Amino acid sequence: MESLSNKKKVLEVKPLNFMERIYLPAILKGLSITIKHFFRKPVTVRYPEQKREFSENFRGMHSLKRDEEGRERCTACGLCALSCPAEAITMTAAERQKGEEHLYREEKYAAVYEINMLRCIFCGLCEEACPKEAIYLDGDIVPSDMLRKDFIYGKDKLVEAPLNQ
Amino acid sequence: METTDIIIKIVLVVIIFAISLVIAMYSTYAERKVAAFFQDRVGPNRAGPWGILQPLADGGKMFLKEEIIPSSASGILFIVGPSLAILTACIGSAVIPWGQKLTIGSTVIDLQVTDINVGILYIFGVVSLGVYGIMIGGWASNNKYSLLGAIRAASQNISYEISMGLSIIALLLVTGSLSLREIAEQQHGFWADGWFTWNVFKQPLGFLIFIVCAFAETNRTPFDLPECETELVGGYHTEYSSMKLGFYLFAEYINMFISSAVMATLYFGGYNFPFMDMINSPNLVTILGVVFLFGKIFMFIFFFMWIRWTIPRFRYDQLMNLGWKGLIPLAIANIVITGVVITFLN
Ligand code: SF4
Ligand code: SF4
Repeated sequence: MESLSNKKKVLEVKPLNFMERIYLPAILKGLSITIKHFFRKPVTVRYPEQKREFSENFRGMHSLKRDEEGRERCTACGLCALSCPAEAITMTAAERQKGEEHLYREEKYAAVYEINMLRCIFCGLCEEACPKEAIYLDGDIVPSDMLRKDFIYGKDKLVEAPLNQ
Repeated sequence: METTDIIIKIVLVVIIFAISLVIAMYSTYAERKVAAFFQDRVGPNRAGPWGILQPLADGGKMFLKEEIIPSSASGILFIVGPSLAILTACIGSAVIPWGQKLTIGSTVIDLQVTDINVGILYIFGVVSLGVYGIMIGGWASNNKYSLLGAIRAASQNISYEISMGLSIIALLLVTGSLSLREIAEQQHGFWADGWFTWNVFKQPLGFLIFIVCAFAETNRTPFDLPECETELVGGYHTEYSSMKLGFYLFAEYINMFISSAVMATLYFGGYNFPFMDMINSPNLVTILGVVFLFGKIFMFIFFFMWIRWTIPRFRYDQLMNLGWKGLIPLAIANIVITGVVITFLN
């Protein structure tokens, strides 16, 4: 059968010839390859001090957005939680009371909104599902921590800083 | 021997001992850095600038680790093993000539601890004792992996010592002396009588055999079968912890340093360097000679590491084939050729 990629190569195993049996040519070749790498620029970076530039569509930590007047956009519709393949999002909805119009844009808002960063696979489907443009994965890399419970991020960590600060 | 002589010798011993330890310590750091560079990485860089304090951190960690002696291990031998390994590693440096004579006022300081006239045989004896440390440690651990590693070490050392000895015989035909000091003196300068003075140019094949055997004797890749992590956990030091493990690891690096020094002395002119006769002050020549010797040693250590991060480990049958069917016949042929050439030249 013809291979799909046409990259298939049939290898035959031949006994080593003399040059191969004395190892030296192969060793010299290997040494020349490694010494080239010795002088090459390292591909790694000194991470916390140095950071690689993220690409434009990098998906990092989530942030819950505010609108132009500084009100939370999220209306706790649950579409993000529904669309999340990793089931990382939970929320509790609450009704906006009189006098809270400057805090929440819609009449219903998320009183509790939690994302489990250990479950999240950063697929970005929550971002796509949101009808209110309330959630974006535009943050940094999620920092490491010691305890599992500390990876469940609540609104304190997710909601954008208020405008006037 | 006068008291000043004795004091000078003691000071020299202490200095060489300290240098061996420091070099062994920093070889661990160099190994990690070199490995990193070969793999396009940065390497340890947290402890101090460029990670320069890393060996101290490692050493401190080693000291603070819990000392575990397995209940089924045989008590005394378990301790004798690493002690013997580090002891034999350290005493090898006694006969290596580190430089020519240094004259301060009226005292002449010989930069060699002792110039015994069978220096090479001494080195050989010490090196073959080194395998006892591994053997005893592996045996005393009462662990299958350790025992396998120890057996491998023993058989590997025996196999490669033969070809190492044979390659040395060819060298002795050229030098006519067993004293390392005399061999170093014979390689004076770089060029004399229409040919290079360094033995590597007189014995290229012998040097090749010697360096391959040196890799095997120091248990370095591609001959690190006694401690290959992928098959034998840690080989002979599987059961060891804390500073006893540290001794084994240290011994390996000191061995690497000593065998680099031996190779530099036997084949690469020791403390001799090109155009050394153009410098008038003998003391300056001596000091430069020491610098050059250490340069050569570092070059060899780097080569050890370069090989380690290039070549994968040999399979056991390949190791034995190479030793018995490859190197020994080659070394014997080298003796014959050397003998014939010397007869013709005379
Ligand atoms: S990025 Fe994907 S996995 Fe993470 S919370 Fe959003 S939908 Fe779930
Ligand atoms: S973030 Fe968007 S999708 Fe999720 S609950 Fe809020 S409004 Fe709905």
